Amino acid sequence: MSRLMSLAEAVEANVRDGDTVAMEGFTHLIPHAAGHEIIRQGKKRLTLIRMTPDLIYDQMIGMGCADKLVFSWGGNPGVGSLHRVRDAIENGWPNKLAIEEHSHSAMANAYASGASGLPFAVFRGYIGTDLPKVNPNIKSVTCPYTGEVLATVPSHRPDVAVIHALRADREGNVLLEGILGVQKEAVLAARRSIVTVEEVVDDFGPRNLNAVILPSWTVGSIAVVPGGAFPSYAQGYYKRFNAFYKEWDGIARERDTFLAWMKENVLNKRPEDFAEHVRNLRVAAE
Amino acid sequence: MTTTYKPAEMMTVAAARALKNTDVTFVGIGAPSAASNLARLTHAPEITLIYESGTLATKPTVLPLSIGDGELCDTALTTVSVPEMFRYWLQGGRITVGFLGGAQIDKYANLNTTVVGPYDKPKVRLPGGGGAPEIATSCGEIFIIMSQGKRGFVEKLDFVTSLGHGEGGDHRQRLGVKTKGPTKLITDLCIMEPDPKTKEMTVVSIHPGVTREQIQENTGWTVKFADKVTETPAPTELELKVLRELNERTARAHGEAA
Repeated sequence: MSRLMSLAEAVEANVRDGDTVAMEGFTHLIPHAAGHEIIRQGKKRLTLIRMTPDLIYDQMIGMGCADKLVFSWGGNPGVGSLHRVRDAIENGWPNKLAIEEHSHSAMANAYASGASGLPFAVFRGYIGTDLPKVNPNIKSVTCPYTGEVLATVPSHRPDVAVIHALRADREGNVLLEGILGVQKEAVLAARRSIVTVEEVVDDFGPRNLNAVILPSWTVGSIAVVPGGAFPSYAQGYYKRFNAFYKEWDGIARERDTFLAWMKENVLNKRPEDFAEHVRNLRVAAE
Repeated sequence: MTTTYKPAEMMTVAAARALKNTDVTFVGIGAPSAASNLARLTHAPEITLIYESGTLATKPTVLPLSIGDGELCDTALTTVSVPEMFRYWLQGGRITVGFLGGAQIDKYANLNTTVVGPYDKPKVRLPGGGGAPEIATSCGEIFIIMSQGKRGFVEKLDFVTSLGHGEGGDHRQRLGVKTKGPTKLITDLCIMEPDPKTKEMTVVSIHPGVTREQIQENTGWTVKFADKVTETPAPTELELKVLRELNERTARAHGEAA
């Protein structure tokens, strides 16, 4: 069964206006190329789930793709604020953005329980914090064995999960290595999925017997997009482009500089351009 | 011989000294990361450093810009998924020290990293809790590292993101929490520890050249001083050398002028 298609086809086939979409990648393997394609296709009213909405959601929210954000830490790591996310929350630009705020523990558990086919996640958390006061989805359950009161949150069951992985093989199996984040759980919790990969290989070859692999029958669409995580990184392929994370702060601070950058670098570009970004990165490193 | 140093360097050095060789430390980005690695490169070479991206026993040669830089994974003993990190390792009670910072702290060392002003109409929207709400209650004890100033050290938090000693006294126990909570607050002016009974953060050590008045001027509540307050030993030449080299390597690796 061929799941291989272009990124444009994969987004068209899987992402609908109003969908709940989880785009994951914990610093590593962030699916930036897929985010850009969703922006180019003008998807609207998405509920975006992500533990760490960083540049990828700053761009999508600033371009008006979303009306709700479910998250646990929203910032530009090591740099500062997400100016577009803040503008949406504080001023409703370009549209109002509702937020559902959690902790990392809750988000990770909600993906795992979603992948496990359970309706909610249970964990020891949120003790003494104000988060349950502002998020009615945080509730509790009493352990029937010990009487301990534990926190619960609803499972994440996204319509679509979008991740970037290192390699797929010809049969459509997908290999992840390095910092794994919650990508495996996100794909297994979702109804549909898009996986962008650095390359397709005939065979994964020699590997660790416990390699992290999503079998082909759990994966939806696969699109080959070399460099598709840039400016995030792909272990063994290219490094995180830290300088761009710092540069983004200036680009995103004002609406007009943001829109000009998005026009030039997203709306007028194609997924194939990501390979070029990474090539430039390699040249600069030499 | 005295060497000149910055208050931020004193803070990092004092925080590093608080860590033991046998500690298993949950490390955050920024000052906690610098302090933890300084400890590893000086008096605590066998300390286990864990970052929430899933890297166990990592030994980075430069400080990461983000919590999941490749450097952390490349130098780790092993890397686990994020759900495993939070379930088996943090919730499972495998971590002795959690290192936290925040935008606001109160006298019971509760922390706010969520919002300044009302939640629905924020004056400043901060990043949010991330791992902190559960780090605060699941690690054996908590060290907090924060620059001291009236904006951050406040009488009342706008939002409690992570629990310190709550309203003081036995509040943690009453909430069913079995871990110690914040046992050290290390700033650029002093070191505070909770009063054994009230749990109010109390000055136990003052950094060289800092006065009690300065500490009070930079704190939004009336500061308590322990009966016996010591002077924090100044950073040694070795500590400063290792810290500065670490910062220089880091700046080079992240493409900045050192």
